[in-house]
Amino acid sequence: MKQIFKALEGDARLTPEQISTMTGIPVDEVKKTIKKAEEDKTILKYKTVINWAKLGEEQVWALVEVKVTPQRNVGFDSIAERIYQFPEAHSVYLASGTYDLAVLVVGKTMQEVAIFVSEKLAPLEAVQGTVTHFILKKYKEDGEILEGGEGVKRLPVTP
Amino acid sequence: MHSSSSSQSKTTTHTYISDKVRTLPPSGIRRFFDLLASMEGVISLGVGEPDFVTPWHIREYAIYSLEKGYTMYTSNKGMPELREELAKYLYSQHGLDYNPEEEILITVGVSEGLDLALRAILNPGDEVIVPDPCYVAYPACVTLAGGVPVPVSTSEDNDFKITAKDIARQITPKTRAILFGYPANPTGAVLSREELLQIAELAKQHNLLIISDEVYGRLVYGVEHTCVASLPDMKERTILLNGFSKAYAMTGWRIGYAASGSEVIAAMTKIHQYTMLCAPIMSQMAAIEAIKAGDREVAGMVEDYDRRRRVMVKGLRDIGLPCFEPKGAFYAFPSIKTTGMTSEEFAEKLLKEEQVAVVPGSAFGNNGEGYIRCCYATSLKEIEEALRRIERFVHRHLKRPSG
Repeated sequence: MKQIFKALEGDARLTPEQISTMTGIPVDEVKKTIKKAEEDKTILKYKTVINWAKLGEEQVWALVEVKVTPQRNVGFDSIAERIYQFPEAHSVYLASGTYDLAVLVVGKTMQEVAIFVSEKLAPLEAVQGTVTHFILKKYKEDGEILEGGEGVKRLPVTP
Repeated sequence: MHSSSSSQSKTTTHTYISDKVRTLPPSGIRRFFDLLASMEGVISLGVGEPDFVTPWHIREYAIYSLEKGYTMYTSNKGMPELREELAKYLYSQHGLDYNPEEEILITVGVSEGLDLALRAILNPGDEVIVPDPCYVAYPACVTLAGGVPVPVSTSEDNDFKITAKDIARQITPKTRAILFGYPANPTGAVLSREELLQIAELAKQHNLLIISDEVYGRLVYGVEHTCVASLPDMKERTILLNGFSKAYAMTGWRIGYAASGSEVIAAMTKIHQYTMLCAPIMSQMAAIEAIKAGDREVAGMVEDYDRRRRVMVKGLRDIGLPCFEPKGAFYAFPSIKTTGMTSEEFAEKLLKEEQVAVVPGSAFGNNGEGYIRCCYATSLKEIEEALRRIERFVHRHLKRPSG
């Protein structure tokens, strides 16, 4: 079954027929497995990785370190929930080390990100402090190298 | 079927080239290279190497070794650390117990190992049994080493597997060794442990060596690879050749190894020390990293190849080209007999009309006639596009459309 998901993770546009060919698992079983995985949220969604910079689209990303006071009974979960509900919070992780939550924030301008951090994130009751790192350049995202890469250099006919 | 007209125009007494080399046919694979060079938009299924680049950790380790100044000769036999790692690896993978001091030699790819093995064991006129079809270098290297290659036919009916029965028929008092590589280039055939056991028994009966090229040994799909040397009492009787090219995507590093009894390895080392001195140190460094920490990447590549293999084989069959299921390496070997063309004709026309490069089966021996070698170590997108083009081509040229 894992082969189905590995194939899909590499290319979300594969049809069940293609996946069946690639894995040797019957089409009906592939369809059933995918349907079940979509229902039980094993498959969360199908997304496209876009290099927005190529479209001239301005996007500002920041990694915000958030230090918080854990709450009785719920630990970090309830404060994490308060943060991840904001659409500006692209990703939220609990991390070990000098801070607790790592929040990836995305906005159209630096101003927009700064306002979100100073007016929404920092004032939350359990938040003790934040450190904001603006992302200067993206090299690799979701396992894909954005620019450059290595290309094919091998000769077309070899033994 | 190479033409010898050019050599006839000169007076043969004035050639600088030895008879042996002059009469050796050029590789049928290389011929296509010139044709291809001038064309654009070609999808090549004609390669014999991974489309992956060597995993980064391996390259990074080699870069680091260069920075640290490892640019000198190594011991003739290869760096002790690499030989020790290989001994450990062969033990853990196949239960083989090689002494890294005396029974393992680091070579410049399997290619050098093959040449050394043959030169070390053959007297002029000795016969070496090879499968037909087989990798182009086998018969050529036997000839160059002064031996006589004796092809044993294999066919699609038996999934291109060489059998003990067929080998037995070709054994003469001059037979010295059986040379093969499974998983096989060009067919993708794999021999089971039982099938290898029968061949091993035969080798013991007739006191023959087996030269086993296992460079595709890690690339098997749904079956186990059996190392010939790991069969009962076969370690001393086997010259195991292996390398890093295919499994670790390290073709350009030219690094491999030979393992056998100390007598054979000493003989091979003697030739190696006069002709090669040692394998390049940067490649040996990279190999150390590969063998110690490369398993995860190998597994990932094997999974990828397996997906492509299934797409390729199903695609070829859907087009109407019968194709037995290759269980190893990264080649499919479909029959093109329904088109009525020779494999060379097929490959040449396919390249000119549809810009898809494949290798004619005849390049690998008489029994390869009627087949083409399609390498699926290329992206799924390219495989799918190549299959569309082959389909167009085959339907255009079908001798008589079947029912």
